[in-house]
Amino acid sequence: MLRIKKLSKSFNKDTDNELKIFNGFNLEIEKNKCTAIIGPNGCGKSTLLNLIGGSIKADKGQIILNGRDITNFKEDERAIYIGRVYQNPSIGVAPSLTILENMALADKKGEKFTLRRLIKRDNIDKYREILKDLDLGLENKLHTKVKFLSGGQRQSLSLIMAAMKHPDLLLLDEHTAALDPKTSNVVMQKTKELIEKYSITTMMISHNMKDAIEHSDRIIMLDKGKIILDKKSIDVTENQLIKIYREKLENVA
Amino acid sequence: MNSLIMTSLEQGLIFGILAMGVLITYKILDIADLSVEGTFPFGAFIFAKFISIGINPIISTLLAFFFGTLAGLSTAILFTKLRIKPLLSGILTMTILYSVNLKTNGKANVPLFSYSSVYDLGTTVVILIVLVLIIKIALDEFFKTEIGYLLIATGDNESLVRSLGKNSNRYKVLGLMLANGLVALSGALMAQIQGFVDITMGSSIIVVALASIIIGDTIGKRSNRIKNTTRAILGAIIYKLIGGIAIDLGLEPSDLKAVSAIIVIVFLSYNNFFADLIDFKKIKGGEKYAKNKKTIKELQ
Repeated sequence: MLRIKKLSKSFNKDTDNELKIFNGFNLEIEKNKCTAIIGPNGCGKSTLLNLIGGSIKADKGQIILNGRDITNFKEDERAIYIGRVYQNPSIGVAPSLTILENMALADKKGEKFTLRRLIKRDNIDKYREILKDLDLGLENKLHTKVKFLSGGQRQSLSLIMAAMKHPDLLLLDEHTAALDPKTSNVVMQKTKELIEKYSITTMMISHNMKDAIEHSDRIIMLDKGKIILDKKSIDVTENQLIKIYREKLENVA
Repeated sequence: MNSLIMTSLEQGLIFGILAMGVLITYKILDIADLSVEGTFPFGAFIFAKFISIGINPIISTLLAFFFGTLAGLSTAILFTKLRIKPLLSGILTMTILYSVNLKTNGKANVPLFSYSSVYDLGTTVVILIVLVLIIKIALDEFFKTEIGYLLIATGDNESLVRSLGKNSNRYKVLGLMLANGLVALSGALMAQIQGFVDITMGSSIIVVALASIIIGDTIGKRSNRIKNTTRAILGAIIYKLIGGIAIDLGLEPSDLKAVSAIIVIVFLSYNNFFADLIDFKKIKGGEKYAKNKKTIKELQ
């Protein structure tokens, strides 16, 4: 379970352009559930994920993951417990290494790296099995460099790499936004299967209302750093969400 | 002519070690590390210092490697801890090393003829081949280990390394230390073969290293089988041979540096622009080659 207590964050502090994104923000995310975070641009979705992932530091407040206070952990220390997939498919993989090498690196996540060989024969079948479940044919391309894969394949690999060590929390930052609609659907479907299979606590940012409802258990809408809607996904419809969205956007305009 | 080839081969092998070092920073970590301009003579001066106080040549050569790693550490600290840009960090270390080199033996030129060297152990070229092979195999093996792969991944995509729960800066430090250690080692070997140490021996050495790496890259370009380290060594030998032959044919030795730089410019620009153009011409397309001549609209 993820618990965020009284989180505050401002950008450009002590200048005329000070931008207060969060001010005493509280949130609890249930274990083994997928929570979708939606909201207009600038509402604080990505900032929230960055604060949890540790790529930016909070001014105040506490972040507790499965009973462990990670507030003062650096990004790489948090990464041991948190998996993350970004919008850009290249961020989660090493493009000049092969699929096999990428999988082997991800398999060592959070462990000590030594002078032993990274690629162990015994593990190759394990990786092949994991990739086979993805059903994208990647299991037959183990020795292909990742830079030669399509965006969708790369993003699916990023997803597997972020999830294969069963992190306490998986952060999906609009991870299908850079893909074409068809590929995006495939990756979203794979995401759902993976989260269910490994039962991983997930937070997913999406701009696609339909995806958000279909693939999550809970929907949270943010606006200016505040929660303005918090419901079970089965209790809301796409039209309802779009209506609230429009009202908010009109207010902005 | 024979002695020319032999000298070129020997010096090419020594520059092969230099090129393998620069390979780690330039190709694998993607950092332009100019500190090697200082570390190459630094290795030579360190060797001169220890040999002159009576230390065995093998140990003196190993000490040159060790002190080289410290120079690499200095550059690494400048840019990972003090956040100075990598290029400037290298230049700063190189500048500091200039003074250190002069201080080490108290003079800018040290003759070594009266001391023994590692080449006294047997035939020079055999010793160099063995040494180069040992380093090459050790490096190849290192880049197959878990830590080796983290170093490669750091150059490829730092955020992936962080997402594995690792501090990518550590691997930059490691890479720079290893690279500068090898460069200093090759400086020490060069000093022993030419019989003296000179403060200017490192100037534009980075161009020599880059030229070697770039020439090596063109060997069997499309083949994945040839390792980077092999390419660097072969590149360095070819570079030295070309240089040797050019001088033999009447090129002024003083012009060699400009020629080397021009080689680097030509190869780099070829890779940046013309390689794409040639590939583009090879792609066959258009109605002439299409099997299915229906338009997309018809297919839908």
